[in-house]
Amino acid sequence: MTTLPDQTDRKLGLVIDLDTCVGCHACVISCKGWNTENYGAPLSDQDPYGADPTGTFLNRVHSYEVQPDQGAAQLIHFPKSCLHCEDAPCVTVCPTGASYKRTEDGIVLVNETDCIGCGLCAWACPYGAREMDAAEGVMKKCTLCVDRIYNENLPEEDREPACVRTCPAGARHFGDLGDPDSDVSQLVAERGGMDLMPEQGTKPVNKYLPPRPKDRMNTAPTEKGGATPPVLKPVAHEAKGFIGWLDKALEKL
Amino acid sequence: MHPAPSVILFTTLSGLGFGLLVWLGLGLPTVTGWVAFVFFAIAYALAVGGLLASTFHLGHPERALKAFTQWRSSWLSREAWASVAALTVMAVYGAGLVFFSAQWTVLGWLGAVLCLLTVYSTAMIYGQLKTVPRWKTPLTPALLLAISLAGGALLAGQITAALILLPIAAVLQVLWWVRGDTALRDSGTDMPSVTGLGHIGQVRAFEPPHTGTNYLLKEFVHVVGRKHSIKLRAIALVLGYAAPLLLLLLPVGHMIAALAILLHLAGIAASRWLFFAEAEHVVGLYYGKR
Repeated sequence: MTTLPDQTDRKLGLVIDLDTCVGCHACVISCKGWNTENYGAPLSDQDPYGADPTGTFLNRVHSYEVQPDQGAAQLIHFPKSCLHCEDAPCVTVCPTGASYKRTEDGIVLVNETDCIGCGLCAWACPYGAREMDAAEGVMKKCTLCVDRIYNENLPEEDREPACVRTCPAGARHFGDLGDPDSDVSQLVAERGGMDLMPEQGTKPVNKYLPPRPKDRMNTAPTEKGGATPPVLKPVAHEAKGFIGWLDKALEKL
Repeated sequence: MHPAPSVILFTTLSGLGFGLLVWLGLGLPTVTGWVAFVFFAIAYALAVGGLLASTFHLGHPERALKAFTQWRSSWLSREAWASVAALTVMAVYGAGLVFFSAQWTVLGWLGAVLCLLTVYSTAMIYGQLKTVPRWKTPLTPALLLAISLAGGALLAGQITAALILLPIAAVLQVLWWVRGDTALRDSGTDMPSVTGLGHIGQVRAFEPPHTGTNYLLKEFVHVVGRKHSIKLRAIALVLGYAAPLLLLLLPVGHMIAALAILLHLAGIAASRWLFFAEAEHVVGLYYGKR
């Protein structure tokens, strides 16, 4: 059914920390690796070693330059995958029922054997989270590694999405955002986690933690701690001794 | 948005075909026998041909029947139902006219309503998308219905109706363009809202995720087709609306009517090209594009 559930038992999703993401793209690679070998059709590449390579990815990392009114510009790496929206517009437009949102955990999935590859769900998604696989002709999207998180054949520490498991910076967190006491919910509350494109009315489950204010260069240390020590005053104002004589002698020449 | 030829063909041809069926269903003109056969053959060729063209862009056309299941939520599914219902009812009504010289009026009216519903559903597939601000307006179904009815009137030889509907469609077309040109800006979706970084400063896309292109850029960020936007708009207005209107003011024979219809089709195809090529999907903003 492509009508959305009124509510879901849990709201599993990701919290992505834009402050700590270093833009290494490890999550992109681990996502592609896991999802090309597991759930559904593989994520194909076209002309991978040629002049014009393209391919299907469920997770991509953008980089943005943000220029404040004063001070240096910041570079912010910005991983983007499906946000498993509560009001997912991609689900309701699906004509076949292939796209659905699970009542038990809120994960948005595609049943690939029902997908006719019309592409309308990708049109309806504001985040670019869905990509049509050029080889398979079906829509691919983040499954929140549904085949890892409940997989009892994996060691317990591996039962989280591949992108979260692999992130070397600890910039990605996985959990139940419907439970206010969960680690991820508390992180969101503490750091002011935000929705992307709230005006689209999609109510995304995934949250983004905004970058924290940067330290400023050349400011005096305060009790809270500044970035750098104050610039020291030069110790010797005038040269003395032989150097002083040389300086004066050369000056007179 | 990528202007796929299959979708442009589909919406242009089937819109015209269903428009003609509306007039035939209303008994304007009242035709029977061979004349009715020719009218219905043209209408079905356009409507069904367009529907078939639309399956060309599917990844799995062999599963198309599944598209009938989600009429509760999906406009695409509703379009599938409406089109099949319209074509079935109109086939029965047409058979009455062709084989029995019988005009089953109620059936004809029902068919006409179903044809209008089909065009409306097609329009709502686009008109529902918040992600494409240029399309998300009641003007979209209004424009597509007006074009369908005007073109249908041309084909059905309803000169008075065409003389009224063509200018209405032209006005809607211009309104749709004018509103569309500021739609993305007025939607409230911009670089700060897509990244959530606006509170820090001016946001600029610095580096895309990959050096190459991808499905999203190919499907949603189509810039080439917009280059000649003004010229194409002029062509669409002149060929699609003005020229047929002027031709109708001449003493109309079959040749002039055919010419008016061909010019109209060419103009509407140009307008439909722009409908897709000029439509900006908000996902382009993530790439610093539109």
